[in-house]
Amino acid sequence: MKLLYFAWIRAKIGMAEETVTLPPEVGDVGQLLDWLETRGANFAAALKERGVVKVAVNQEYVGKDHKLGTGDEVALFPPVTGG
Amino acid sequence: MITIKVQREDFDIGVELAGLSAGNTQIGGVASFTGLVRDIAAPGSAGSRMTLEHYPGMTEKQLHAIATQATERWPLDACLIIHRYGELAPGDRIVLVATASAHREAALSACAFLIDWLKTKAPFWKLEDDGATQRWVEAKDSDDAAAAKWADTK
Repeated sequence: MKLLYFAWIRAKIGMAEETVTLPPEVGDVGQLLDWLETRGANFAAALKERGVVKVAVNQEYVGKDHKLGTGDEVALFPPVTGG
Repeated sequence: MITIKVQREDFDIGVELAGLSAGNTQIGGVASFTGLVRDIAAPGSAGSRMTLEHYPGMTEKQLHAIATQATERWPLDACLIIHRYGELAPGDRIVLVATASAHREAALSACAFLIDWLKTKAPFWKLEDDGATQRWVEAKDSDDAAAAKWADTK
C-alpha cells in the first residue's frame, strides 16, 4: 500500500511517501492510524491530534471506518488551507 | 463547460475572463473572485513569503468535483478555477474562480459557492514565512461555516 503525507504531517513524520505492507489486523482507516502511531515517535507526534488528521483513499475523502484494500493510495494530511 | 488549472505560473485575469465568455453570446454576466497573498511580515522586516503545497491528482479531482456541483446547482455556461502552488510573494495572485451565466444571480452565487467549498475541500496547504519563522497556516472555523451554509440553501 502506498502512503502519502502532506504539510505538517509530512514534516513531523519526516518523509513524503512510503510503501508499506499492512499487518493482518489492519482492515480500516482507523486501524491504519492506530498501527502507524506505533511505528515511532515521529508518527506518534504527527498523528497525536487524531481529530484533525484528514484521510483520502484513492484521492477521495473517507471516514475512519473506511475499509482498505492492498492496492489503495492512502494520504494523510491536516485540514486544507488553500484559496 | 468546466476548466480547471493547477499551475505554478501566474495568470492574466483579463485574458482568462475574456476567454470564459468568448464565442458564447448567451452569456449575460461573468463573476469572479481573485485571491491574493497578504503580507504578514512586521513593518520594516525583510518581508514574508508563502509556499503552497498540494496533492497532485487529488487537487484536480476535487476542484473538478466542486465545479461539477456548481454547474448542477446553477445554470452556468462556463466555470473556471485556476489555483497556483509553489513559492509566492505578498501581492501575488493565488486563485481565480470565475463563472459565466445568462444572468448575474447564478454567476455571483456559484462563484461564492466555489470559493467557499474550495477553501475546505481542495488539498492545498499554506506555509507562511514571516522572515523569522515558518508556520503552517491553520484552518479556520469560519471557513467551515462559510462552506456549510451552502449545504441547505441555494
